[in-house]
Amino acid sequence: MTRQMTGAKMVVQALKDQGVDVVFGYPGGAVLPIYDEIFLQNDIRHVLVRHEQGAVHAAEGYARSTGKPGVVLVTSGPGATNAVTGLTDALLDSIPIVVLTGQVPTFMIGSDAFQEADTVGITRSCTKHNWLVKDTDKLAGTIHEGFHVAKSGRPGPVLIDIPKDVQFASGKYVEPQKIEISHYQPQIKGDMAEIEELVEAIENAKKPIFYTGGGVINSGPAASQLLRELADATGFPVTSTLMGLGAYPASGKGWLGMLGMHGLYEANMAMHDCDLMINVGARFDDRITGRIDAFSPKSKKAHIDIDPSSINKVIRVDIPIVGDVGHVLEDVLKVWKSRGRKTNREALQAWWKQIDGWKAIDCLKFKQEGQTIKPQYALQRLEELTKGMDRYVCTEVGQHQMWAAQYLGFEDPNRWMTSGGLGTMGYGLPASVGIQMAHPDALVINVAGEASWLMNMQEMGTAVQFRLPVKQFILNNERLGMVRQWQELLHGERYSQSWSEALPDFVKLAEAFGCKGICVSDPADLDDAIMEMLEYDGPVIFDCLVEKHENCFPMIPSGEPHNKMLLGEASTKDAIGSSGAVLV
Amino acid sequence: MAALHIKKGSTKHSAYNLRPTFSDKKERHTLAVIVDNEPGVLARVIGLFSGRGYNIESLTVAEVDHLGHYSRITIVTEGTPQVIEQIKAQLGRIVPVHDVHDLTVEGATVERELALVKVRGDGEKRVEALRLADIFRANAVDSTLESFVFEITGTPEKIDAFAELMRPLGLIEVARTGVAALSRGA
Repeated sequence: MTRQMTGAKMVVQALKDQGVDVVFGYPGGAVLPIYDEIFLQNDIRHVLVRHEQGAVHAAEGYARSTGKPGVVLVTSGPGATNAVTGLTDALLDSIPIVVLTGQVPTFMIGSDAFQEADTVGITRSCTKHNWLVKDTDKLAGTIHEGFHVAKSGRPGPVLIDIPKDVQFASGKYVEPQKIEISHYQPQIKGDMAEIEELVEAIENAKKPIFYTGGGVINSGPAASQLLRELADATGFPVTSTLMGLGAYPASGKGWLGMLGMHGLYEANMAMHDCDLMINVGARFDDRITGRIDAFSPKSKKAHIDIDPSSINKVIRVDIPIVGDVGHVLEDVLKVWKSRGRKTNREALQAWWKQIDGWKAIDCLKFKQEGQTIKPQYALQRLEELTKGMDRYVCTEVGQHQMWAAQYLGFEDPNRWMTSGGLGTMGYGLPASVGIQMAHPDALVINVAGEASWLMNMQEMGTAVQFRLPVKQFILNNERLGMVRQWQELLHGERYSQSWSEALPDFVKLAEAFGCKGICVSDPADLDDAIMEMLEYDGPVIFDCLVEKHENCFPMIPSGEPHNKMLLGEASTKDAIGSSGAVLV
Repeated sequence: MAALHIKKGSTKHSAYNLRPTFSDKKERHTLAVIVDNEPGVLARVIGLFSGRGYNIESLTVAEVDHLGHYSRITIVTEGTPQVIEQIKAQLGRIVPVHDVHDLTVEGATVERELALVKVRGDGEKRVEALRLADIFRANAVDSTLESFVFEITGTPEKIDAFAELMRPLGLIEVARTGVAALSRGA
């Protein structure tokens, strides 16, 4: 039986059939019929954001913390263009989201109509795929295909542009089970010959390391479980990119901490010196590799990735395995076990001894002294006071983001949401809204810098309206800290435009939004203030005034390899060469 | 701390130019890409090349299966082996792309291009143009008392050679289709 219904009704029906329970959006002329259908039902909750960029980041937070696609509904023209930053962010971090945009009616497309924009043209390069639906009969099928494309293979954002006359017109609704099977079916199982080669390398490695990334988390909780099993059974050390934190637990015995530009000394040194690098769902990003020609020069490299274009893109690998991380790790474990669970134990012991030597440097040490809170101290206390809780953390972008990655520990996947690839300031607050929508009873903390936070602070209104008790943990140094740090290291301490002389009073701002504001500046008061934040049943803006000129270390200066890390202020002089200075 | 002196000209390096060069030698490859003939698919393919800084030397596209709505895009491109591999992988992950064939590595191929060449002249030059056209097996598809339009089919090199010979004889305009290519044998 085929069901006839209007395009607008079809949108809501298709979302229900896809298991969607919450949509983040903002109404406008070209989506009014869909908003009318949303009004007439109770299955899907709609979260009214304050800016369309916020809707997309909220959907990202929702998706990253649940593993399900996030859904966004916005209007044509400015609604769609405001979504572009979020789409690009989701594309670079491989986050599955489905964005539905309204469009002017088909007969007005191309006439420069009111609120018309070439949405599919503008978003073609910042989506995994997008569609303009010109026929109501094809609408339901396109939405189902959209969900399929967003979720399968390397996940990513998709956009479906729906003209207003298509929403009003009546057409055939097709259930998800009945649509034609999409030809888009990325390879999931890895090649067995390559897997055997990897197992053999595992058996013989003297200095192995797992270098894991966001792909482990995207592959689902089973992949994280398999990674833990394999890492613990082999006794190999594990490091992770910013995007992959939580896949292997911070309390695990193989854990070395994050690697990369602001990664831990032991992680980067181990990457540089290893003889077998097993890249699991990471993509050799430039924040990770540093100088390419000096990247881990002595190692054999294996790379597990579901996206064939990631392999050999930046770093030439010896054992390329195209497939889903979960499936490949399962096969690796199976083969490794069947061959007798062999590793080179003696060499591994020596390797760990070397690693322990690097660990002894204690690269994250800092001294909390005097009357000013060090940002590292604030995060250390936050970690201490929230460690055992049902906790989700997201961040904005900058120094605070790196400190959060260094000083907070993540025991499970999907607990850490941050803008990695695009580095979008303003991501964290709306993301926290999306996370809290998905996990109403959990503790959701957005670790923020004051400058990033101000970029999307309007979303505090959303948090208050929907009674989302998100905790905005702002490390306020009245500076664009990371910009300031680079200006200090690279531009002769000429701090061009990297501070703000007119910051709001965050406590008053909280009151104005109708939530709680807490300001703390004395290290002695910090614990009490954090407890007050945690115990308050509602959204909190926590203004933590911190040391203004603290730099984020360790740091691999741009243009340098992993073993040329800067560990503190003393080592920064002339650390960055002229060829490194042009890199970002 | 002293300001950093960036050497003159060093800004031509960018953060995105960090590729290791596996082999510096550029190769010319002919790719056949089978795609769903849907709106925007050509823009996706071209956008990939411009967005990631790859070259297109020639591009031909037409629907080749009217029932299945498949189009065949033939692209001639140039790059180091590593860039060529990236181009193929990047093309392969575009959703409406069904298949990417690298005809250059898949064996012997037939490559043909069609061109229309307009030549204006009189007297001996006009006769010479006709004689050369005959040698190149080009047909005159339009003629007036002072001009010809020749239709010529062949490899891009043959068309280049023909156009070059026509230049002193009064070449006015050339329209070329770009390369169509198929692998030899079954």
